[in-house]
Amino acid sequence: MTSTYRYLPDTKQDQEEMLALLTISSVDELFEDVPKEIRLDGELNIPNAVPEPLLVKKMHQLSSQNKHANHYPIFLGAGTYDHYIPSVVNHVISRSEFYTAYTPYQPEISQGELQAIFEFQTMVCELTGMDVANSSMYDGPTSLAEAASLAITSTRRSKVIVSKSVHPESRAILNTVSGGLEYTVEEAALDGDITDLEKLQEQMDQDTAAVIVQYPNFFGSIEDLTKIKTISEEKGALFIVSANPLALALLEAPGKLGADIVIGDMQPLGIPMSFGGPHCGYFAVKKKMMRKVPGRIVGQTTDDQGKRGFVLTLQAREQHIRRDKASSNICSNQALNALASAVCMASLGKEGIRQMAQLNIEKADYMAKCLQKKGFNVKNKAPFFNEFIVEFPLPVKEVNGKLLEAGMIGGFDLGNDYRLENEMLIAVTEQRTKEEIDQFVKVLEAMKNG
Amino acid sequence: MVEYNELIFEMSRQGRIGSSLPESDVDKVDLHDKLPAHLIRDMPAELPEVSELQLIRHYTALSNKNHGIDNGFYPLGSCTMKYNPKINEDVARFEGFSRIHPYQPVETVQGALKLLHELQEDLAEVTGMDAVTLQPSAGAQGEWTGLMMVKAYFEQKGEKRIKVLVPDSAHGTNPASATVAGFKTVTIPSNEDGLVDLAELKKHVGHDTAALMLTNPNTLGLFEKDIVDIAKVVHEAGGLLYYDGANANAILGKTTPGNMGFDIVHLNLHKTFTTPHGGGGPGAGPVGVKEKLIPYLPVPRIEKENDQYVLNSHHPLSIGRVKGYYGNFGILVRAYTYIRTMGPVGLRQVSESAVLHANYLRKKLEPYFESPYSQYCKHEFVLSGSRQKKLGVRTLDMAKRLLDFGYHPPTIYFPLNVEECMMIEPTETESKETMDAFAEAMIQIAKEVEENPDVVLEAPHTTIIGRLDEVQAARQPILRYSKEE
Ligand SMILES: Cc1ncc(COP(=O)(O)O)c(C=O)c1O
Repeated sequence: MTSTYRYLPDTKQDQEEMLALLTISSVDELFEDVPKEIRLDGELNIPNAVPEPLLVKKMHQLSSQNKHANHYPIFLGAGTYDHYIPSVVNHVISRSEFYTAYTPYQPEISQGELQAIFEFQTMVCELTGMDVANSSMYDGPTSLAEAASLAITSTRRSKVIVSKSVHPESRAILNTVSGGLEYTVEEAALDGDITDLEKLQEQMDQDTAAVIVQYPNFFGSIEDLTKIKTISEEKGALFIVSANPLALALLEAPGKLGADIVIGDMQPLGIPMSFGGPHCGYFAVKKKMMRKVPGRIVGQTTDDQGKRGFVLTLQAREQHIRRDKASSNICSNQALNALASAVCMASLGKEGIRQMAQLNIEKADYMAKCLQKKGFNVKNKAPFFNEFIVEFPLPVKEVNGKLLEAGMIGGFDLGNDYRLENEMLIAVTEQRTKEEIDQFVKVLEAMKNG
Repeated sequence: MVEYNELIFEMSRQGRIGSSLPESDVDKVDLHDKLPAHLIRDMPAELPEVSELQLIRHYTALSNKNHGIDNGFYPLGSCTMKYNPKINEDVARFEGFSRIHPYQPVETVQGALKLLHELQEDLAEVTGMDAVTLQPSAGAQGEWTGLMMVKAYFEQKGEKRIKVLVPDSAHGTNPASATVAGFKTVTIPSNEDGLVDLAELKKHVGHDTAALMLTNPNTLGLFEKDIVDIAKVVHEAGGLLYYDGANANAILGKTTPGNMGFDIVHLNLHKTFTTPHGGGGPGAGPVGVKEKLIPYLPVPRIEKENDQYVLNSHHPLSIGRVKGYYGNFGILVRAYTYIRTMGPVGLRQVSESAVLHANYLRKKLEPYFESPYSQYCKHEFVLSGSRQKKLGVRTLDMAKRLLDFGYHPPTIYFPLNVEECMMIEPTETESKETMDAFAEAMIQIAKEVEENPDVVLEAPHTTIIGRLDEVQAARQPILRYSKEE
């Protein structure tokens, strides 16, 4: 079995020497404890090996079958956004000291990763206005579900209320997760583009562990967190906010408005859309819940000489110690993407992130106004961030077909999840130029008139 | 080397910036015209203010304080720290993969869906399963997804089964996932050969058994020879068999969980299939199932209709969604690229080499350390530091001493059923010279324990920082930087 594969270094002589030490004549002897009846005879039925040059070509062909945002200006958001990623981000995460390391179990040789995550935790705390953030979760939707489960276990109550203005996928995952731990999920109704607060208040009871809203919500609208906090507090429920971290550059931090848990996805800051993953969930709480947070947390400490250093800490919460009593089953997380977003946040900096958020607001505002001028109905009543709903006289699928012909990727069809026929959720990030926006509006105008 | 110990916040100076955004080309908006004052931030988030070069120097300095596979040997058992191929990194960054949105019309992402569909088929073949979901983000999420399917399956059959059995050697995520899926965990002790004790298993298996979760080769690196009987015992009681395939590096092309009798499998693509660990993620934990569990797979499923790839959510018995969108696509692209690089013959050689390497290294170390099991190991093996413990040196100390030789230590104190455990996984991508050198370091440490234990007890000596006070970290947690300090 001497190898011709570039990842396998054994020469024939190496093998012979290894076999000789083991006093066996072939590798097969090492597999003799695998019962004969379950061994594979013959090779796996998968395609044969492809040499690197041909494989690169093949992968280029496959990737070129996808229409991507560099060629097609994209107006889709709905939880995943086309934002500019500073060049430094990819350079830093391409350093293989970072990306080929495991979870930092040996702090003496993992200080780089540990410190970078400590800094990430700090940045998340700054944006959310919370005291403690963990080192990342799988993604925004799974963070939301973990937050709900944490609320259930820490309040010992049996249901959570989630607004219908929360991302449909987050609600879907929450439903799956709640089926495991067997708690109830109720949805709070909408009043147009925001949560119906009167109905929410009626729904609240002593069994309610938490109220969950999104900020800005799925329709781009900015919910009034202060009012929702009051409603949830009245019944002693926790207040969970799923927030877009970019929007938090300009919006008041949920932590300042009474949130007990803030979760979300760092994708807008430094992480490519990548067909929906990997992105990077974040999870932040107030100090009193510090010892209940799921996942890894990095803490600062000192070495035997008193020198500052960093370690994984508060591990008594975690699966490798607590096993079936752990606060969550999460083990691997999204560390490299947490690093990417930390680099992005450091690159934008205190001023840059505000500038970027401001650009998003202005571009979306401009596009909404242009559409209104052409007689299209923008449905958001509440102020919105970089997304809004537009109603067209035609099915969204048709509109998007036309936009695609004109070289653009249109918005999200609200017909499926919300039964809002002919209504499209449009995202306008800082990446969209005035020209692209005007072009979009022109295509729609032509459609309307034609 | 000059020691670097600065936080990025400490080098921040007001007025510096590390990026440049375009001026707005549309009308200005005053937020105060849009929003009530209490929803507008008045205190900016204190993000660092650094120039681009400062940023790069900072992170380069941090990277220099980190050990990855590319720096040196990393025999961390149960983690399969094999080489992470560079072509995979390039391909995942192709704009046709990295710059596509999950909600684009399916006609515009046929290449991506084709890749995912083919990967599903390849992984089904490798595991001997009938269908695969790529949605789970990591091994633990795969376990939970699998167990949610177990739950749905029995609910559909109208059976109430609340127990999940796990051996005492199981990874911590197994019992934790069982809890999150709403099951009770029952721990099955291993026998003195390190294998599932069939008699004990029979005692615990019954009409309330939903599933047995097993790793095979198990976490001691031993192949469960009685697997066919184990499967029979569980199946005869009406339960299902769950395969924790986080570490599948010993079985590629040799056998499959399907052949062994398992009904559900998860794989860690960030182990066996070379996708990088990234300092703790992101990974991917696809789950394969046998025919009878297909209706319960998460939605949307990636299917082929005529010549089109589609996303299908119309599966009424599905457990629903487990993660946003369709999985960690960028990771799946890397694994696909790896599988295409290796092909069937290459993958089989991977497992053969991985197993040969582990046995070779074990043989070299056996004279110096307690080796609790005599059966040939598979891709990894455990040693016990019990001999050294009697001399006052613990496994943790030896692990720290290994740092002085430039190695990442093995996994320590796992599995829990081996005293002072060291779990070593050399992987197939390491050369014999590397393993020989590592063995020499280990042997030297064993001698030091006998002759000069202080040098081990006080290790590490050459790292940039000494042993850190973990108790202090947990008692007085400092979990973020604050200016006041
Ligand atoms: C045997 C085993 N099972 C499960 C897991 C969990 O996988 P992950 O960290 O991807 O959640 C691991 C990895 O740590 C493992 O080694």
